[in-house]
Amino acid sequence: MAILVDKNTRLLVQGITGREGEFHSRQMIAYGTQIVAGVTPGKGGQWACDGKVPVFDTVAEAVTATEANTSVIYVPARFAADAILEAADAGIPLIVCITEGIPTLDMIRVRAYLDQKGVRLVGPNCPGLLSPGEAKVGIMPGHIATPGPIGVVSRSGTLTYEVVYALTLRGLGQTTCVGIGGDPIIGTTFVDVLEMFENDPLTEQVVLIGEIGGSDEERAARFIAERMTKPVVAFVAGRTAPPGKRMGHAGAIIEGGTGTAAEKIAAFEAVGVPVAEHPEQIPDLIA
Amino acid sequence: MKLHEYQSKRLFAAHGVPIPRGDVATTPEEARRIAEELGTPVVVKSQVLVGGRGKAGGIRLAHTPAEAERVAGEILGMEIKGLPVRKVLLDEAADIRQEIYLGVVVDRAACRPVMMASSEGGVEIEEVARINPEAIKKVTIDPFLGLRGYQTVTLAKGIGLAGEYRRAFDRIARGLYQAFLACDASLAEINPLVVTGEGSLLAVDGKMVLDDNGLFRHPDLAQMRDVDEETPAEREAREAGLSYVQLDGEIGCMVNGAGLAMATMDIIKHFGGAPANFLDIGGGAKAERVATALRLILADPNVKAVLFNIFGGITRCDEVAKGIVTAFEEVEPTVPMVTRLVGTNEAEGRAILEDSGYRLITATTLAEAAQKAVAAAGGELTV
Repeated sequence: MAILVDKNTRLLVQGITGREGEFHSRQMIAYGTQIVAGVTPGKGGQWACDGKVPVFDTVAEAVTATEANTSVIYVPARFAADAILEAADAGIPLIVCITEGIPTLDMIRVRAYLDQKGVRLVGPNCPGLLSPGEAKVGIMPGHIATPGPIGVVSRSGTLTYEVVYALTLRGLGQTTCVGIGGDPIIGTTFVDVLEMFENDPLTEQVVLIGEIGGSDEERAARFIAERMTKPVVAFVAGRTAPPGKRMGHAGAIIEGGTGTAAEKIAAFEAVGVPVAEHPEQIPDLIA
Repeated sequence: MKLHEYQSKRLFAAHGVPIPRGDVATTPEEARRIAEELGTPVVVKSQVLVGGRGKAGGIRLAHTPAEAERVAGEILGMEIKGLPVRKVLLDEAADIRQEIYLGVVVDRAACRPVMMASSEGGVEIEEVARINPEAIKKVTIDPFLGLRGYQTVTLAKGIGLAGEYRRAFDRIARGLYQAFLACDASLAEINPLVVTGEGSLLAVDGKMVLDDNGLFRHPDLAQMRDVDEETPAEREAREAGLSYVQLDGEIGCMVNGAGLAMATMDIIKHFGGAPANFLDIGGGAKAERVATALRLILADPNVKAVLFNIFGGITRCDEVAKGIVTAFEEVEPTVPMVTRLVGTNEAEGRAILEDSGYRLITATTLAEAAQKAVAAAGGELTV
């Protein structure tokens, strides 16, 4: 078993006829993910990915025709907030938004709307979800992962792949790898994913990869101390990041002296979570 | 993107926030003319994108136009925390009876804007939060309902503002929130908002930070970017679509992915070196981008070695290796280059680098790559 996505996922791809959307749809199909529909306004009635996937003009039409239960979004930033709202309004319960660069104030409204409707969003600005051997939703490279008992949750992309690959090479497989995204306002936080891993019978241990900015890691540390029985190991990127500078991700910035790596590492260590000095140490910390 | 005080205050004023009469000068003569028009005394304020201008002597009072000219001349020649002062704002001096703080920020944990007020104006809000957090009152704003009247009353009462100022305070708070929304800001603050001797409220100082992701819908605001906010290299990188931050170490870093780029900087420090930059070349890593990135890194005279750390996921290592070799043809490597390619097609990628004829130091693990880069920068390791 995995969390969020598995063999029963019926995936809809918003932006399937775009360059990114088409490329990654092919990769997801090759991995074995069931893509049941695509949406591109104005291209309804066409077929994408060598005639494998029907394209619809709207998410509502796609859901009616195909019973899609998860959506992944590859549309450009200026249309992405709308795409998320459309998926939510069409009754999709799980939305994964890969798009980077959505304005923060748009995301504030989107989050408020989704919270009212009880819809789960993963991302934006994230690599998506990968349940090895079950399904891949997003842009993570499938072959670096292997099934096993470790849950992985991260705010980053390639850093996650690096860690997952290191785990795989050591024979430590994964239940699900979750990229929650590098933006200031995201749909799913560390705490949400930790709770899912805690409740997932197949996940035995969790690797958490944080970075500078915000206080999501500190809340994760409190949650681990109060609610988790499964062991967690952590890594926090950005010990050497200067204050006030955005380090690539919109959310990776030390503001007003808070959100530093040192604070986050101290929060984890205070609740007994081992923190790796560098990414390659993570497999060593797994008991 | 940060805005200057004068830019922020003008945007606040456009949303109904009262600000002092004033104008911007780039020369002492201009400052004198502005002081003559405004009438003295005036406050001469350096316009640089750092805090602590007052302590650095960058904000001074002038009692006559001649004094304004002299003071402006002194301030325009200054550097504050490394930033040259290119502009001064001359504001009519206010008769200040009370100073308060009023600001809006994005609260990442609440996923909402939060408006904060404090009776301790004129002090950095982070300082107040550290020393006297009870002095800060906050209200969380529902994005669909906006800032409500009862919330501004709560703030005004919370900071002990006299009843007669509450209507003016309400108007200013709403104006500030409107400016915050209209500009796609991540921070908008008035510090201090003052009660004057004439019994009115006035936004004496202002600051805004805009969300870079929102700038596409504000071309007018995007043009306000100050060249000194970034180094020339950072500017070139931004225009080339690269994410680059200049640091003061000696090991240049070229990495795909922001999180991995930070982790690479950290591991260099862990093994006793210092990173010269943060650089995310993004996905794909085409030769052109690699070449631009390499040029930026090598233009930094502190750089003694460069570390390439590439994780091939969807992007294949052999593609990246070709990109690196093509970049070397364009930008001659002048310092030792340590390369680490891991992931998809790593063997093919390494072979391309080895066959290229360039003298490269290779590594397989991140730890090994970092240690070799530190040794190479220290002159202890050559190819």
